[in-house]
Amino acid sequence: MGTITAAEAVAAEPRREVRTTRTRGDRAYRLLTTGGGLLTLVILVLIGLFLLLRALPALRVNGLSFFTTKYWNPDGTGHHSGVLAVAYGTVEIAVIALILAVPVSLLSALYLTQYAPERARGLLTTVVDLLAAIPSLIYGIWAFFVLQPHLLGLSAWLAAHLGFIPIFSAPSIGPFASSPFIVGVMVALMLLPTATSVMREVFAQAPVGEKEAALALGASRWRMIRTVVLPFGKAGIVGGSMLAMGRAMGESISVAIIINAVFTTSPHILQSGGNSIGALIADRFSDATAQYGLPALMAAGLVLFGMTLLVNTAASLIVRSARSGKGVEI
Amino acid sequence: MAGIGAEIVAAPPRRRDGGEQEQQRRRLSGLGERDLAALALSAVSAFAIAWLFLTVVLGNSSWVETAILTYPLFLATYWFVSREMDGPLLAGDRVMAALVASAAIAMAVPLLLIMTYLVYKGLAGLTPHFFTQTQQYVGPLSPATAGGASQAIVGTLEMVGLAVVMSVPLGFICAVFLNEIGGPLRRPVRIFVDAMSGVPTILAGLFIYAVWVINFGFSGFAAALAISISMLPIVTRTSEEMLRLVPQGLREASLAMGASEWRTTWNVVMPTARSGLITAIILGVARAVGETAPLIMTAFGNTLMNANPFSGAQAGLPLYIYSQIRESSAANIQDRAWAGALVLMLVVLGLFATARLTSRLSGRAAYARAAEAAVTPTMPSGGNDE
Repeated sequence: MGTITAAEAVAAEPRREVRTTRTRGDRAYRLLTTGGGLLTLVILVLIGLFLLLRALPALRVNGLSFFTTKYWNPDGTGHHSGVLAVAYGTVEIAVIALILAVPVSLLSALYLTQYAPERARGLLTTVVDLLAAIPSLIYGIWAFFVLQPHLLGLSAWLAAHLGFIPIFSAPSIGPFASSPFIVGVMVALMLLPTATSVMREVFAQAPVGEKEAALALGASRWRMIRTVVLPFGKAGIVGGSMLAMGRAMGESISVAIIINAVFTTSPHILQSGGNSIGALIADRFSDATAQYGLPALMAAGLVLFGMTLLVNTAASLIVRSARSGKGVEI
Repeated sequence: MAGIGAEIVAAPPRRRDGGEQEQQRRRLSGLGERDLAALALSAVSAFAIAWLFLTVVLGNSSWVETAILTYPLFLATYWFVSREMDGPLLAGDRVMAALVASAAIAMAVPLLLIMTYLVYKGLAGLTPHFFTQTQQYVGPLSPATAGGASQAIVGTLEMVGLAVVMSVPLGFICAVFLNEIGGPLRRPVRIFVDAMSGVPTILAGLFIYAVWVINFGFSGFAAALAISISMLPIVTRTSEEMLRLVPQGLREASLAMGASEWRTTWNVVMPTARSGLITAIILGVARAVGETAPLIMTAFGNTLMNANPFSGAQAGLPLYIYSQIRESSAANIQDRAWAGALVLMLVVLGLFATARLTSRLSGRAAYARAAEAAVTPTMPSGGNDE
């Protein structure tokens, strides 16, 4: 027979090449926007590069001992200073803040996504957004004048009754003001909105089908959360906490307001005195000498830059890898 | 175990009069009177025990200690009460629900405390001339209401204005790249934007000091540069979220009509997302206004009026607050800081409310996404990710 099917007809025809020719305007548009996107990378690299450049004199003076020295004395004899104590303090404060903030944000994220009635949800979301909008300076002065006096009693109580645990012991029994613990509580307040909204976003994507299946099998609400929502949101919990940690390490002014600057790697968090890299820079910048003081601060800044970059990038990669509810069959 | 099982088995509707009457509708969710009573009484008894123990037995108590002791006692009491009423399975569920809900309530407490304290402390120092005078004739012994912070307010306005001019176009371009162009570079650029939003603001200040201030001296413009570094990722993320909400069909319609890509973006996508983009700007500004750390090393601060942002040290409102707090613990000086803090907070709240209103125009969902994007990295939930 002479008839051919449509498929054969298509096969017989030579395949046409589809080519996109963009107008000059579009090429410029693509170039411009791609350039804009890459500018973020350029800025990041420049920040690292310039900090390194300005830090070089201090790094030369101190060598590798910059990372093992506790004291900060760039203008003294020998011009030695080191980042160990402040880096320790930065991590210490961030960890205290995380331990306090993560459980509360985890639970409130669960409340927002799994428990809250419609109206409460709107109200609480506003509260979370407002908390995120308060400048950290205001957290700092509020914590210094209002929160701290109320926490002193708690610190004393912890030291007296739980002092057998090393971190709660206070060898000289006070003073308890301006301690890493109090700073940690304040930073925890700042972290709450950040951690809550990351976790909330992940929990909200928990697959409805699996949740309903759990409930239909007779699970109570908490059982359902434990078996479906929490395993699903694991990446969000870890990523959100790390993101909050990155933010905590970068706090400067608010920490500087409260902390009693002492260069130590003491494990006693209730005891007055501690420091962080951000607080050190905020505190010492104005009287730093151009020849020795500033390069040392720049070197400390470089260390902070590396620390936050590492934590934040890891965090955002983890949050992004969170299993998306989109492809789940119901 | 027997308790709960029995209740479920005993569930078939009881019909009086042989099923003639309509059965009562069962409430499946929410708290009944019985549950509320259990909650309230557990709370009261927990507080009573805590108070009794701390005040009568130990003889000293602050409200912090009482609260800290009351809370676990409350959970324990509530668990026992629920177990007596409905069995252990439901008791566990109830206690977890109470725990989760109280965490959410706890979030609101600091907000209320901070706001009320700011108003209480700040109102005293807030006078009309706070907005019109400078600190020129103010000495250490002058009363809190002497002089004003107009130089700081002008400085902040100029710095933030300049930062907006620099970071907003760039942020929009980045967002357009991420959402409209994409390609193999999208993933790395997203990661850079996330990384950039994590850079501590004090390092942005240090960077601008190293690049600009060392060569050209302190100025409001240098501060604006530092502020735009911390504003850029916020604007980028938020506006990217907003662009994602533009329906794909609009783009396709525009392209099918023969419009070029940039025309489509400029004349279709961006106008559709207009109110969302305004929200992005406002959220960025709200963050920028409170920036303190970078100002120390870029604007430096000034007690006198310097209206020229391009030369000479300039004051900024957050820096003004910080330096007053740092200067002395004398009440008159600190009250000035509180007045400044109240003004700063009001500005942030005002911006926040405006962001809410503008995004109402583009719907609640858009606002929620914008506010979210300002703090969190973008999730792979949107329409056209990869």
